[in-house]
Amino acid sequence: MPFRIIVLAKQVPDTRNVGKDAMKADGTVNRAALPAIFNPEDLHALELALRIKDQINDAEIVVVSMGPGRAAEIIREAMYRGADRGVLVTDRKFAGSDTLATSYALSLAVKKLAPFNVLIAGRQAIDGDTAQVGPQTAEKLHIPQITYAEELVDVNSKQITIKRRLERGIEVVRSPLPVAITVHSSAPVCRPRNAILVMKFKHARTTTELQEETKDYTELRLYRPYLNIEEWSVEDIQAETEKLGLSGSPTKVKKIENVVLQRKESKAFTADDKDIDLLMQELMASHVIG
Amino acid sequence: MNNVIVYCEITEEGHVAEVSQELLSKGRKLASDLGIKLEAIAIGNKLDNIEKDILPYGADVIHIADDKRLFPYTTLPHAAILLKLFEEIKPEIALFGATSIGRDLAPRVASAMRCGLTADCTSLEIGDHTEAKTNTTYKNLLYQIRPAFGGNIIATIINPDTRPQMATVREGVMKKEFWPAVAKPEVNKLDVAKYVNDEQFVVRIIERHIESQKINIKNAQVIVAGGYGVGSKENFDLLFDLADVLGAQVGASRAAVDAGYVEHERQIGQTGVTVRPKLYIACGISGAVQHRAGMDQASMIISVNTDPNAPINQIADYTILGQVHEVVPRMIKYYRQNSK
Ligand SMILES: Cc1cc2nc3c(=O)[nH]c(=O)nc-3n(C[C@H](O)[C@H](O)[C@H](O)COP(=O)(O)OP(=O)(O)OC[C@H]3O[C@@H](n4cnc5c(N)ncnc54)[C@H](O)[C@@H]3O)c2cc1C
Ligand SMILES: Nc1ncnc2c1ncn2[C@@H]1O[C@H](COP(=O)(O)O)[C@@H](O)[C@H]1O
Repeated sequence: MPFRIIVLAKQVPDTRNVGKDAMKADGTVNRAALPAIFNPEDLHALELALRIKDQINDAEIVVVSMGPGRAAEIIREAMYRGADRGVLVTDRKFAGSDTLATSYALSLAVKKLAPFNVLIAGRQAIDGDTAQVGPQTAEKLHIPQITYAEELVDVNSKQITIKRRLERGIEVVRSPLPVAITVHSSAPVCRPRNAILVMKFKHARTTTELQEETKDYTELRLYRPYLNIEEWSVEDIQAETEKLGLSGSPTKVKKIENVVLQRKESKAFTADDKDIDLLMQELMASHVIG
Repeated sequence: MNNVIVYCEITEEGHVAEVSQELLSKGRKLASDLGIKLEAIAIGNKLDNIEKDILPYGADVIHIADDKRLFPYTTLPHAAILLKLFEEIKPEIALFGATSIGRDLAPRVASAMRCGLTADCTSLEIGDHTEAKTNTTYKNLLYQIRPAFGGNIIATIINPDTRPQMATVREGVMKKEFWPAVAKPEVNKLDVAKYVNDEQFVVRIIERHIESQKINIKNAQVIVAGGYGVGSKENFDLLFDLADVLGAQVGASRAAVDAGYVEHERQIGQTGVTVRPKLYIACGISGAVQHRAGMDQASMIISVNTDPNAPINQIADYTILGQVHEVVPRMIKYYRQNSK
């Protein structure tokens, strides 16, 4: 039985580079205008998985992502960097899931991959910044959790030792396996794509992607099963539909507002000595300073 | 209706963390609005005098779980205590600091209780909600208001059906306020053995280095803040000089922190500290929404920027069009010459 490391990775809109066209006139987000990327901290999570694999004989890394069909892109990306296989959890019934419903679905997918030794997620996804899915998935699996991992100190078949990054310091903790770990952005960055792995996995596809492709790789996959990115639906993970999507999400969005600038009347000065002196004089006279 | 409860985080020095006191202040108001009680839970070791840190904020009930294994914090025992206590008291609202501890603990508890949790709220209010489809009205829900999508939108989240309504809030977002009424709260010392079992201590802490908070910009009256436009660590020294003469604190944007100009503790904004100074001098800061979220409540804002169209200028009271390294020394010089 290989030592199994599962990495949870999410494809997210790149909210860090939101241009003007990213907001629609009605104040909602135009997702189509944002590039979809590998959630940054999930790449750190993948690197931690790779470092564990480096130290353990016969370890395998399985990437699990829940999302629409195009999220297969990040599973391939993970394979180019060293993941062994991937599962895309995808179904229209997942749409509208909050973190509770998402962690429910992910925990069932992880159970289907059991036994596993280490489950690794990013600390948080940049589209929601909630940092909830990791701990919630751990709870649903009834395993301990180590959040904000920064460094792998030691791992063997029974236990793992991790350095955590906290607000005002660090902590080194040890947990028996299996355990869930969430990875902080201060952890080592992910190693780049490996040319050999890119060659090996470039034709990796989900069944849905295969159907859409003009060239037929079906035969190729018969003798190269690793090119198969599995697709799991609600039925495949045996989820109860009412625990998914909007009905399975206790949090509801009541209202969404665009952030508007409250423009103030301002006094403009130049960098001229005279101007600065004038401003300082005004501030001191009104006792804002001094 | 049941009560509001605040999870009180315990600091290295054995006190209730400021963020928890801020939440007690907010929780007090929510409880009074709803006509219910405010409860507090402190979990740790040697908590003999902990009530003193909670009393001024008007808690009606203080639960204390005191055991040497409960400090430093580890997830599973604290979660187990909260779960059992919540089962007993069935709170209406439960609030946590959005800290390393709160963000580790709250999701674990929410998941076990299958209830909703909203992270990093910037405002909490009470209000009603009518479900359009079923035309059902829910009275007195907790509006959990937070920026979403990288701060580009503000969302109001509610949990109509599940309890408690759970939220985390960052330090500095709520105001710490003493509650004038002096009440004698009920102190409930929990029998820890009934709440946790040995298996919950499987994750062991081998080593810890936690520094006490050195930099505290949250309560500063005057803040000199620098952004990426300051250009270098050396130029940032100018801001420290200005702060020195003005008796101010130095803050920063995330871009300045990421560039390594200053410590992370100085970051102001959505993912940093929220400040409300009398005067905020923004040097070389463009004024992205995420930054403004942490400083737009300053009474007066001065912006020093080479770009007249920088968004920060729209919320500034005074704008200075110019280079930081030219303007700041001039300000220092004038102040030195003219203050008594
Ligand atoms: C989820 C999320 C959370 C975030 N949280 C935060 C947060 O908490 N706090 C935060 O600050 N940011 C946060 N950000 C980042 C934020 O979006 C901006 O990228 C950041 O605030 C920009 O910092 P800045 O204004 O210093 O840099 P820039 O945007 O690069 O602006 C530099 C400014 O300096 C001016 N300038 C250049 N040279 C000079 C000079 N010589 N003299 C004077 N002016 C000059 C330029 O005109 C420009 O206006 C967050 C982003 C995301 C996606
Ligand atoms: N849809 C998803 N598919 C796979 N992993 C996810 C998904 N959503 C969240 N995660 C994981 O949970 C972490 C925290 O996400 P969040 O709670 O949304 O901030 C992410 O960094 C991912 O590792």
